Amino acid sequence: MHKEAFLTHEQLMALKEKAKKNRLLSLEGIFSAKSGHPGGSLSIAEIVTYLYFAEMNVSADEPGKPDRDRFVLSKGHAAPALYAALCQKGFFPEEEMKTLRRVGSILQGHPASLKTPGVDMSTGSLGQGLSTACGMAIAAKGAYNVYCIVGDGELQEGQIWEAVMLANHYKLSNLYVFVDFNKVQLSAATDEISRTLDIAKKFEAFGWHTAEIDGHNFEEIESALMNAKANEGPTAIICHTVKGKGVSFMEGSPKWHGNAPNAEQYAAACKEIEEN
Amino acid sequence: MADIATREAYGRALVELGKKHDFYVLSADLADSVKVEYFKKEFPERYIECGIAEANMIGVAAGIASTGTPAVASSYAMFTAGRGYEQIRNSIAYPNLHVVIGASHAGVSVGEDGASHQCCEDIALMRVVPNMTVISPCDAIEAALATEAALLEVKGPVYLRLARPNTPAVNGEGYKFELGKGVVLADGKDVTIVATGIMVAKALKARELLKAKGIDAAVINIHTIKPLDRELIGKYAKKTANIVTVEEHSVIGGLGSAVAEAITETYPCKLTRVGINDTFGLSGSSDAVLEYFGLTPEGIAEKVEAALS
Repeated sequence: MHKEAFLTHEQLMALKEKAKKNRLLSLEGIFSAKSGHPGGSLSIAEIVTYLYFAEMNVSADEPGKPDRDRFVLSKGHAAPALYAALCQKGFFPEEEMKTLRRVGSILQGHPASLKTPGVDMSTGSLGQGLSTACGMAIAAKGAYNVYCIVGDGELQEGQIWEAVMLANHYKLSNLYVFVDFNKVQLSAATDEISRTLDIAKKFEAFGWHTAEIDGHNFEEIESALMNAKANEGPTAIICHTVKGKGVSFMEGSPKWHGNAPNAEQYAAACKEIEEN
Repeated sequence: MADIATREAYGRALVELGKKHDFYVLSADLADSVKVEYFKKEFPERYIECGIAEANMIGVAAGIASTGTPAVASSYAMFTAGRGYEQIRNSIAYPNLHVVIGASHAGVSVGEDGASHQCCEDIALMRVVPNMTVISPCDAIEAALATEAALLEVKGPVYLRLARPNTPAVNGEGYKFELGKGVVLADGKDVTIVATGIMVAKALKARELLKAKGIDAAVINIHTIKPLDRELIGKYAKKTANIVTVEEHSVIGGLGSAVAEAITETYPCKLTRVGINDTFGLSGSSDAVLEYFGLTPEGIAEKVEAALS
């Protein structure tokens, strides 16, 4: 699906509402499960929302359509954000979010393609999703696009760079990678764990096209993707994001990488998201 | 088919299958060595060179298979089952994708390259993975048929274990390959030799040596290690009450362990596991290394005699 025009004001407002809902659903799931990864789910709310509601050719009416666009959440721990987008898209009822991470749920702790309608690839073990996205992009033979979100911490996995080399070698023009550059990983700031350096330059050194944007700004996401469509070869969109975005006490803190809020924190988080 | 290597038969079979069926073949700078060079030449548009990056190759194969087109990912056993273990487990087996892992150079018969390249742990690693089918053909004819079955019969992940050296033909041209079914190559009443891969031909020779000493040994070829033909093994456990497993693999976790699990639960009997005894391989010619580890007709016969004494 190639869009002709830029987002209208109404479309922009609708996307913002969807992203807000995405955050609320993510937190609802994590709160119900008493476990999960709020920080990295909240940081990709806009990217996931844009992909599912303004970019990708996917429909809950035809989930197995062979030429649908594909999505791989390589940073699989942000599954709540993906599940939130899928239920908003109609793949399953919103009530399922309350069953997240429970025995018998269709919503596993990390994406599982055999369990959840709309999930194209099982992920969760970091570093592996981008390789599978490359495989999909090859098999697409130009019939559809493949979108993949990787984490900034995930770039520490060597397999990512193996995939980056292959994507360039095979000139995978239908592959669009979003780096969720939230600057925080499980145990500390990403820079403290392993110096991040210039992510865009790294991708460029491997022959990729790059863009560097505010990952919470829909117009920037749109414009980066529109520009990327003209590229020959794969594109990496480095998205500056805030871990835990939208919940002030979670923002920028490794503490909220993999911890669920208690009832009081959950109420405060929802209130803040709803009021913004 | 002449006495060629199982990897060679696999490579040729892929070309024949490629003429009628749509699938991709991937390798990691070893196309010539693992014999997918033939497919690459015939169908360059369906061959994906992944470079020396096996973990990525496994993931790319998974991505291709997720779109509905099967993928064959080929390298050495060491660099697929070994290096790619977690990618195979999480990206291929967990989503139950139709990827055939064509793993050549399994076992110590790799020879000169030495222990770093001699994978004797792959059967153990692969058979423990849910959804995985593990096939270890004994000769070229069986390897070709196993390749076909892996692509046309199985709908999920398959680990196809192949060997480097030329291997004597065990089966005739009319041989029918039945996935998951053991093959009784010779009946016997005193003891049952259960072998897999290139050890099957040696087990048959061992049978002749034993015959000269008045020992009547049955020989069973287990080409499908998972799912295992528990029924046949149970039957022979009952019949001979003495089983000797033979594999070019560690005695821990491989065919011997699978048979031990099966007979313990069906018909417990005496069991001797012949294979690599919890150690690493070493450099030498293929035959010399196999001899060093007692993986010869004489070595097998000796173990069988000991099992009967």
